[in-house]
Amino acid sequence: MFNALADLIVFDLFGLAPDNALAQSLHFFIMDITKLFLMLVSIIYLMGWFRSFVSPEKVRQYLQGKSRFVARLLAIALGAITPFCSCSSVPLFIGFVEAGIPLGVTFSFLIASPMINEIAVVMLLGILGWKITLLYVLAGLSVAFFGGLLMEKFKPERWVESYVWEIKIGKTAALAEDNSPAARHRYALAEVKEIVGRIWKWVILGIAIGASFHGFFPVTWIDGLINAHAVFAVPLAVLLGIPLYSNAVGVIPLAEAMLFKGVALGTTLAFMMSVAAISFPELLILRQVIKWQALALFTAILALAIILVGWLFNFVSVI
Amino acid sequence: MFNVKVLGSGCANCENTYRLIEEVTESNAIPVEMEKVEDMATILSYGIMSTPGVIVNDKIAHAGGVPDKKTILSWFSQQCCPGNDSCC
Repeated sequence: MFNALADLIVFDLFGLAPDNALAQSLHFFIMDITKLFLMLVSIIYLMGWFRSFVSPEKVRQYLQGKSRFVARLLAIALGAITPFCSCSSVPLFIGFVEAGIPLGVTFSFLIASPMINEIAVVMLLGILGWKITLLYVLAGLSVAFFGGLLMEKFKPERWVESYVWEIKIGKTAALAEDNSPAARHRYALAEVKEIVGRIWKWVILGIAIGASFHGFFPVTWIDGLINAHAVFAVPLAVLLGIPLYSNAVGVIPLAEAMLFKGVALGTTLAFMMSVAAISFPELLILRQVIKWQALALFTAILALAIILVGWLFNFVSVI
Repeated sequence: MFNVKVLGSGCANCENTYRLIEEVTESNAIPVEMEKVEDMATILSYGIMSTPGVIVNDKIAHAGGVPDKKTILSWFSQQCCPGNDSCC
């Protein structure tokens, strides 16, 4: 269907020849845009519907007093299903601390949240297929699990800003909640409007970059990754990804281009995770609640965990 | 007169929520007194972790994400005349 639409626009409407580089890029661009936006709208709508049942406030209550293992699994699941808004990470962090939820569990949440979300999953599915999507999600979940676990070993509690411990979470009566399907539908629709309104430019930009790789230029830094020794390529990709700040949306078309040019799968996944999970603006926001030692450690552990996952996937994909 | 507090530390969604409430209350001639709460400790003292949060007359009306217009209107109508969306 999408292919036919792109055919119609590029070859019939614009009258371009199929073997033209521009036509190929344009064809790819139109096909991906229509496919991805349709998928994004439907998945965000479904997730919005689902999220009208679970709120972080409810999860916080639920996590309280659970064993660490269960709490961590739930925190990661919550991180994966909530859309990431970095403006919420500070109140969430404080809320979790106040509830007595171990800091390592909170870090697991903070890792999972930007890395895995429905938008990343849609982009991955649409561009790279279900196998790589599954691998990415599994890798993200394990990095969140073990990253938080490792973080805990360093007793990060000592680095939490002292005012955080003094904040008390209150309880306020709520207005009568409208739980009708109509209200959930409106909530889901509002989510679609808000999220698509926020990310559409990144999706288009990302696809445009990806499309231009298809028709046109090779990029030299990618050649660096291809030619680097298999073992060094992964840390190199992670290092490259740290200063690059993008949400998962922007990086996925780039990842497709990397795979297309022959970068190994583990290296590409490591690059994507590094871009999505480690970002300076996010660290600066977290700096409000925790000292820089903890943030440096957090970055180092994340980078290490991502490198390990990258190596693992490179190793597995060779076999 | 309704007292409306929009809770959130200045993120885009909080601004949007604030503006939407202004818009809805203005076009329905609902008398409101709007307030922005940006202090984290105060936000959390309401028990809200997902911002933007909205407090109407000291009750939580909303937490997380930008609410739609119909939902905003329902916060006010359910307090002054329950069951009738068009009053106020």
